[in-house]
Amino acid sequence: MIELVWLIPLLPLIGFLINGLGRNVLPKPLVGIIGSGVVLVSFFLSCGVFSAVYAARQAGEQGSFVQPLFEWIRAGNLEVSLSFLIDPLSAVMLLIVTGIGFLIHIYSIGYMNHDSGFAKFFSYLNLFIFFMLLLVLGSNYAVMFIGWEGVGLCSYLLIGFWFKNTAYAAAAKKAFVMNRIGDLGFLLAVFLIFTTFGTLEFAGVFSKAAGMPMGDATLLLTTLLLFIAATGKSAQIPLFTWLPDAMAGPTPVSALIHAATMVTAGIYMIARSNILFALSPFTMQVIAVIGVCTALLAAAIAVTQNDIKKVLAYSTVSQLGYMFLGLGVGAFTGAFFHVITHAFFKALLFLGAGSVIHAVSNEQDMRAMGGLKRRLPVTYVTMLIGTIAIAGIPPLSGFFSKDEILAHAFEANKLLWILGFVGALFTAFYMFRMLFLTFFGSFRGTQEQAAHLHESPATMTVPLIVLAVLAAIGGLLNVPEALGGGHALASFLAPVFAESVAKTGEFHLEHSTEYLLMGISALAAIIMVIVAYRQYVTKEMVPAAEGTPRGFLSRLSYHKFYVDEIYDVLVVRPLNALSVFFYRVVDRSGIDGIVNALGKSAGESGRGIRLLQSGNVGSYIFMMVIAVVMLLIYGIFNG
Amino acid sequence: METVIQNIQGVPLNHYILFCSLIFSIGVIGVLIRRNVIIIMMSVELMLNSVNLLLAAFSAYKGDASGQVFVFFIMALAAAEVAVGLAIIVMVYRNTRSVDINALNRLRG
Repeated sequence: MIELVWLIPLLPLIGFLINGLGRNVLPKPLVGIIGSGVVLVSFFLSCGVFSAVYAARQAGEQGSFVQPLFEWIRAGNLEVSLSFLIDPLSAVMLLIVTGIGFLIHIYSIGYMNHDSGFAKFFSYLNLFIFFMLLLVLGSNYAVMFIGWEGVGLCSYLLIGFWFKNTAYAAAAKKAFVMNRIGDLGFLLAVFLIFTTFGTLEFAGVFSKAAGMPMGDATLLLTTLLLFIAATGKSAQIPLFTWLPDAMAGPTPVSALIHAATMVTAGIYMIARSNILFALSPFTMQVIAVIGVCTALLAAAIAVTQNDIKKVLAYSTVSQLGYMFLGLGVGAFTGAFFHVITHAFFKALLFLGAGSVIHAVSNEQDMRAMGGLKRRLPVTYVTMLIGTIAIAGIPPLSGFFSKDEILAHAFEANKLLWILGFVGALFTAFYMFRMLFLTFFGSFRGTQEQAAHLHESPATMTVPLIVLAVLAAIGGLLNVPEALGGGHALASFLAPVFAESVAKTGEFHLEHSTEYLLMGISALAAIIMVIVAYRQYVTKEMVPAAEGTPRGFLSRLSYHKFYVDEIYDVLVVRPLNALSVFFYRVVDRSGIDGIVNALGKSAGESGRGIRLLQSGNVGSYIFMMVIAVVMLLIYGIFNG
Repeated sequence: METVIQNIQGVPLNHYILFCSLIFSIGVIGVLIRRNVIIIMMSVELMLNSVNLLLAAFSAYKGDASGQVFVFFIMALAAAEVAVGLAIIVMVYRNTRSVDINALNRLRG
């Protein structure tokens, strides 16, 4: 089954070509079947690959296989081949990408049914799956970079799907530009890796790096550059503002790209390169600090947002911050576990939000919703499960993954734990605020919207149910020893992180401390739920309308801490001014001036020479005589 | 033959050179100054003939016949040139009714 791994990315590529080229001729049902079918087959193949890796791990082997396809670049010392690496880490990612991808494809059949660009949407989705699979399967930094860039491109195409709206197109451009800034970091890191290690293959780089001293300067620079790339792709400070704007795209896009897969690429890349990071403690600290700061900042913004998708977007940024916090404190398995559970419940929440938006005739402001739990029962129950999961209330999945990260953070630095804990408080509050405002109370929308309220079709509700089940029981993947669990995921992923754990030190926390931490966070989450309930259900508080005066902190949060405005002043305006300068001075006056001057000089010299042709035969004869005399003189003196 | 040559060599060579240069200069000045096309053709003929004379004189003085052979070439060439030149003048006259070179300025740029 491992030999067939090349089929896994190939099938979505074929789906892209068929749906893309035939977008005007193929009937809609066929487009949906082809688009979802290829991902389903890829999912089955991924299951086969996973079982092969699982069997190898059970037998005690590393479970790491390399499948080379063909040699791509050979130039001097540089040898890059298109080859795939299958190991526990990539096997799990394969399942997530293809599995959740398939569910979202099915959902899109229902959600995008009335859109004229139906086939184009499915072709873009398939292309995205193809690039994401390349990213995950690549066995060297070059193939990973192809996938890295490709998912950025597909993100641009999908965010700006309704490109006729200039605001959406601008959001797509913003996402792409911020991604590219990160990509520069990736490229520089790749160059450094090549000059330091002479190869781009993971196996080669990591085996050579393992022998390097801790705190090595080249490794420090490389890891910092890789982290910059991760901040761009996974929306951390300072490159996170594209993600809330990316909500301009259709909701399945937000679920797939900006919740489950693309934004986790940064964490995957760092998890893959974990040995490099383990040898750079300074970078790890930077990652942890930026992760927790992002988590807190995004959570603080989400508290006052009124657009249901923006709340989920900031929640995504915040949870990604937790994953980076986990990476930074050495909880590689914990961070990856949170990637998995987050994929489940965040995709669930986004798809549920899409179902709600669909039901209220494309209204996204929560102030115009309310009381939907009677009319949309399936959506309500599944979103309730998703919200409980993300708030970290046991025994749902979010509790286990978030708690593992926070336990590692507590061991590393108490301040990090405190900040992470505060973020978790915010998370519980704003997520339940969203749930209560949307589903409880009475409907606050228009009569017309109330008349059209309906539960979504099966193509949309079945993926919700599947994801809800996964979000509920996903915690069983990695139950910690403190609770008597088997730590299944950690032991499965052990060979990937073994060397790093050896360098950063084993995780030791007294079981009693762990129980205390778990208890505190679970209790605090439940208390915040009660606070939110009292405010939004008992007191029936509705968030203020636009333009009402707010307190200072509320204003800061509502205006997203003015980060976009700061970037506008610091970056966008100088760049625009530079661009205007280059256009007016350098291009129009300078370069065009030179080219025009050349052309004009040809004309002017022609006009001057034309004066020689006076038509006066006498002057022609005179010139002939002069020429002859000069030839004569030349002949006499030089001949 | 020797008496002819000796008689010719009675006149010093420098006289011939000076004389031919003068005639040539008159021809050049005529070409530059005169306005009548036919007079210009005559001045060109004057230049050619002065050169002929000088060549013949050198040939007599050096005893080398190749100078006189070259004279034949120049004469034939002059004849051909006059034929063509007069044909052009006749055509120009038929078109512009004038043989004044200042009237032939249609080639003006």
